[in-house]
Amino acid sequence: MTSIHIDGRTCPTRPDINLLQACLEAGASLPYFCWHPELGSVGACRQCAVRQFSGADDKTGRIVMACMTPVTDGTIVSIDDAEAREFREGVIEWMMVNHPHDCPVCEEGSECHLQDMTVMTGHNTRRYRFTKRTHRSQDLGPFVKHEMNRCIACYRCVRFYRDYAGGDDLAAFASHDNVYFGRAADGTLENAFSGNLVEICPTGVFTDKPFSGAYSRKWDMRGAPSVCVHCAVGCNTIVNARQETVRRVLNRYNGEVNRYVLCDRGRFGHGFVNAASRIRTPLRRINGQLVPVSTQDAMAQFSRMAARGPVVGIASSRASLESCFSLRVLVGADRFSTGQSRQEQDCAELGLSLLRTHPGLIPALHDMESADAVLVLGEDVSATAPRLGLSLRQSVRQASFRAADAAKVPRWMDAAVRTLGSECSSALFIATPAPTDLDSIAQETFHAAPDDIARLGFAIAHRIDPAAPAVSDLVESQAALADRIAMALVAAKKPLVVSGMQYGSPALMRAAAGIAAALATKTPVAALSLVFPDCNSMGLAMVGGLSLDAVLEKAEAGEIATLVILENDLSRHLDPAVLAKLTEAVPGIVIIDHTMTPLCETACLVLPAAPFTECSGTIVSQEGRAQRYFPVVFPSAPIQSGWRWVQALGQHIIVEDEAASAEIRATGLTDWRRMDDVTLALARDIPVLAAAVGAAPGADYRLEEQRPRNEPHRASGRTVIRSHISVRDQPPPASPDTPFSNSMEGAYGPDMPAALVPYFRTPAWNSVQSLSRFQQEIGGAMRGGDPGVRLFADLSSDQQDNRQPLYSYSLDIPAAFRPQSDKVLLLPEGRLFGSEELSLHSPPVAARSAAPALGLPAGDVPPGRVTLHLNGGVHDLPVQEIAGLPEGIALCPPHMVSRAFVFPCQASLSTADGKGKRT
Amino acid sequence: MSFPDRPLTAMIDVAAGPPDCMAYERAGGWEAVRRALKNLTPAEVVDTVTRSKLRGRGGAGFGTGQKWSFVPKEPASERRKYLIANADEMEPGTFKDRLLLEGNPLQLVEGMILAAYAIQAGHGIIFLRGEYHLACKRLDQAIAEARHEGWLGENILGSGFSFDIHVHSSAGRYICGEETALLTALEGRRATPRSKPPFPQTGGLWGTPSVVNNVETLCNLPHIITNGPEWFLALGTGTDGGTKLYGVSGRVCRPGTWELPIGTSLREIIEDHAGGMLPGYGLRALLPGGASTAFLDVTALDVAMDYGSVEKAGSRLGTGMAIILDDRTCPVGMIHNLEHFFAQESCGWCTPCRDGLPWVERLLMAIEAGTGEEEDLEQLDRHARMLGTPGRTFCAHAPGAMAPLASGLKLFREDFAEHITQHGCPLQHAARSLERGRDDQHSY
Repeated sequence: MTSIHIDGRTCPTRPDINLLQACLEAGASLPYFCWHPELGSVGACRQCAVRQFSGADDKTGRIVMACMTPVTDGTIVSIDDAEAREFREGVIEWMMVNHPHDCPVCEEGSECHLQDMTVMTGHNTRRYRFTKRTHRSQDLGPFVKHEMNRCIACYRCVRFYRDYAGGDDLAAFASHDNVYFGRAADGTLENAFSGNLVEICPTGVFTDKPFSGAYSRKWDMRGAPSVCVHCAVGCNTIVNARQETVRRVLNRYNGEVNRYVLCDRGRFGHGFVNAASRIRTPLRRINGQLVPVSTQDAMAQFSRMAARGPVVGIASSRASLESCFSLRVLVGADRFSTGQSRQEQDCAELGLSLLRTHPGLIPALHDMESADAVLVLGEDVSATAPRLGLSLRQSVRQASFRAADAAKVPRWMDAAVRTLGSECSSALFIATPAPTDLDSIAQETFHAAPDDIARLGFAIAHRIDPAAPAVSDLVESQAALADRIAMALVAAKKPLVVSGMQYGSPALMRAAAGIAAALATKTPVAALSLVFPDCNSMGLAMVGGLSLDAVLEKAEAGEIATLVILENDLSRHLDPAVLAKLTEAVPGIVIIDHTMTPLCETACLVLPAAPFTECSGTIVSQEGRAQRYFPVVFPSAPIQSGWRWVQALGQHIIVEDEAASAEIRATGLTDWRRMDDVTLALARDIPVLAAAVGAAPGADYRLEEQRPRNEPHRASGRTVIRSHISVRDQPPPASPDTPFSNSMEGAYGPDMPAALVPYFRTPAWNSVQSLSRFQQEIGGAMRGGDPGVRLFADLSSDQQDNRQPLYSYSLDIPAAFRPQSDKVLLLPEGRLFGSEELSLHSPPVAARSAAPALGLPAGDVPPGRVTLHLNGGVHDLPVQEIAGLPEGIALCPPHMVSRAFVFPCQASLSTADGKGKRT
Repeated sequence: MSFPDRPLTAMIDVAAGPPDCMAYERAGGWEAVRRALKNLTPAEVVDTVTRSKLRGRGGAGFGTGQKWSFVPKEPASERRKYLIANADEMEPGTFKDRLLLEGNPLQLVEGMILAAYAIQAGHGIIFLRGEYHLACKRLDQAIAEARHEGWLGENILGSGFSFDIHVHSSAGRYICGEETALLTALEGRRATPRSKPPFPQTGGLWGTPSVVNNVETLCNLPHIITNGPEWFLALGTGTDGGTKLYGVSGRVCRPGTWELPIGTSLREIIEDHAGGMLPGYGLRALLPGGASTAFLDVTALDVAMDYGSVEKAGSRLGTGMAIILDDRTCPVGMIHNLEHFFAQESCGWCTPCRDGLPWVERLLMAIEAGTGEEEDLEQLDRHARMLGTPGRTFCAHAPGAMAPLASGLKLFREDFAEHITQHGCPLQHAARSLERGRDDQHSY
């Protein structure tokens, strides 16, 4: 057991960390700026000075920077030493020389690390009596505000943006006390993780621009632990609200998943909940128009519809497990659809089964960071699962960690490790149709049609395990590439294969799973990760149900009188012609959603659902982690959770239809009083989801016999806000679906379950840096355990024994792709901003979404615009040259040109002069 | 065989320009490379240099042989390593390397071949001060010539050892003279110093083993190999071996630079070689080895200019290039000028240096301009104390900057106090009246 002595107190610690981290973990208050748990130490700010003694006999010691000093057993330090204190106070005083002291108008105020550290050092009197240096701030685009005068030059921003996130349009400029952190010229920060600057910056240089438009002090906002709904990765977030409007989204640390970082889509995509496109009241079609009606009227209408015949339910991969499940209960499993096209559903089911049968590891994001050889097979993860892409970016550093270990340089000594690793990076291979953001750090890239990528994948699997089928007629260069990739993966201690559903190719996923399984014969921790499209695609795949194609068959057979569509815009899944067939074949369509979609045009009845910020729900991420979000805003009726609407529908079927009544009553649907009841019923009905109950503590949870509070205890203005109406104190909003008090009363502390942490704050630590106090070890698991529960993929011994001993490799190897002379293979171009449905309703994300263009191979591009003939539709598009895109392939952003396009598909092109393309 | 007593400058003829390859060889050049590559193993070269007790001439005075000994021993053909000549001579008052670079670039080339052979580095880089245009031209010429004659390139002298040199003209900044910042700058990044470990010898340029040696250090190597370590040791007057380029700037009769046995006294350098003070000027104090060394006053004139003696006297040998403060120049003004330089040249990486030095500069400016306050001296003392100790700032820049300030605050305390009480610089008035007097003389 390693221990150190801090001002005479003996503190147990661990040997592989620095002294600053050890002091913080021991509960000491030692100020710092440039060090960040995820970025390591560089020794720039000189704020964490302590006196270190060489032994018990050493009475003088010397001042050292704690962040640059490794912990050794028996280290003796003094934080309280007078000279060390004087120096730390002096460092703050130097930082304050040019700081504008504009705290009252600064949006970092109240959660400013610089404020906290200034108070901590005791500096309070200005002695510098000369003028301050000033800077011109920049317009950095729709996400991030810039106020350079507040900068204390800790270099965190550039270290995060460039070194960690791989950005190149933010840099440190100039030198001495004129050093400047910004872009070469005003303009949008282009990196997908720019929003994290808001949390990385210890003061108010980089602040949240959308939040600025609806600003509130941290202490005046309610927080809710939440889960991002803008992709399937499952990053944990905190949603802040005041006066029943959502103000912003912050990162919520989950040691296994997103840790310290969110992507910009996740951070800024929440705007849809405040958008004008929200549905806030029931709407009924009267004389062809959707008209606001009362809930009573809407329900009466539904009763009439339900009386006409069978009701079929269509769920959604963006709705919670509880809402989807409630719909399944209402309509019965044989009338329940997942709301995906057959191809989408086949892919999702295949993905689930490949993961379940994978003999190795199903990695969490944090596991991926330590993979030392990675193959990405046919998925542009930087667009479809951005945070996952960032984890892969970290994985290439494994080799530099080994170099550092060999040179006896601690891994947290960031600059030194990067120097040692500047020429060695771990293997990352990218095989995708088009270039991706990760190509620049890849050892090798391979751009080809999905079928050719799958063939490469099968060939790699065969080289690793001869039991896997061989690929015939592989081009020599591809065979050699397969050899190199196979060798690198086999040589790795923690190999990882990533694929996904972006290109709708089962062959790609089977090939990827085959490689991972082949690797697992040699390396038990060989990992397989598959990217799913939506936040609850995995959960929905585990629930199961009919595909939309099956629903269409039923409809055309006249077996559907009413369709209840839950949080699903079918126009994104079905071609207009197919969708028209469906809606024409069904007399009544009921839509339960929070946002108006084009599909609403077909509805008889639209019911306003609560989005993820206004209700509780459980969703399952692509790694099989069930996680729960909680409401931060409590909508007034008629807005309510999807499952409550479904329950209401059930109650009205009962009223009208005595036959159905008994059936529905038997399900218990009408007895559910709160969300926990739904989750429990779900666990009983669908055993594979049983563990989802444990995603977070239920509404009965009490901390120190009290409800946990989700407003800081300094929250002010509870009566003032309504004072123009009444000065009487209003009771906080109550909800049976959450354990929270929804006020500043209640219990709160660093040991609370991590799934319930509504904000981070501890005494003297008001900024997000207070997170350290909530962790068992800094950078490790949360004190209350990392949130969420894995539903499969545990590498526990009993499970391994139960696995079938022989992996059955897929024998379905596609033929090589052959470009056609009159057609192009049209593939989806995943976009960080623009492909995802909900975030596009968020104004800052919409502002970042570029107009669609048709991507064509460089050198093969007709001038001007091109007409795309796709499934009978004609689209006039500008052309974008894409270097590296193979011949015979065109890229088109999904949902932007043709709202639904089932890919891969063949399309033809023509130019303005009327000539067919591809001459 | 003759044993030169001024080996470094023997071939330098400022009027005639640098020797070409033939002339260099006639004067004894390339002898050392021949001997080393044909007869000595790399380890023997390291051993010879270690025994000569050659210490780094850039200012820090680290043993050259010892520095090399930390480099991994693989042959150059097996591992990429770099030998880098630090020719970023930006220390105020220092112009010794310039003499060597412009006067005899082939001597540096030969020294680099020897050092590279010793550490088995296949790649040489000269990091040259950006303003040294003439040196750049002459180095390029010398390297091209040496390459043409087979002294650089593949398989030199059939030894199997390959080595070539690239000249990198610096984009500027004083901090590039710090060896780790120099490496960072060479990599095309901001010239910010690095923490150690890794030391450059194991993880230097692009993470590969690298040695950074000063120009003067490298220029000594051919002579040590040719004439032996004993000869070199005997050249010095004290414990250190060899000669040293000394220089004097300021109001002396003959400012300049001279090669003298290491350990020559300040008095001899100033009085005999620089010709003493200009008529009418007295010696008040001096910075013995560049701007970042502490002031010594006239009582220190008999100090031997070697590493140990100057340190004992309270300063550092530094570059060995003294800056003279005469009795008609304001010490506050001089220190302000120095601190202006240091504040401007701070790289901006660490807080105390980045924001502390400009504060010091502003205080000195105020005092010199007559707006100084009593408390300003406290602030200056505090900065000298807080920034002066190595380890509190990231690199040695701020401690170097504090050397003249801390010593100046002690030596010239009364001058500082007078500036504050008299609301201005007493000497500036005197200097102005002197100027006026001169103008009167010229205009009669």
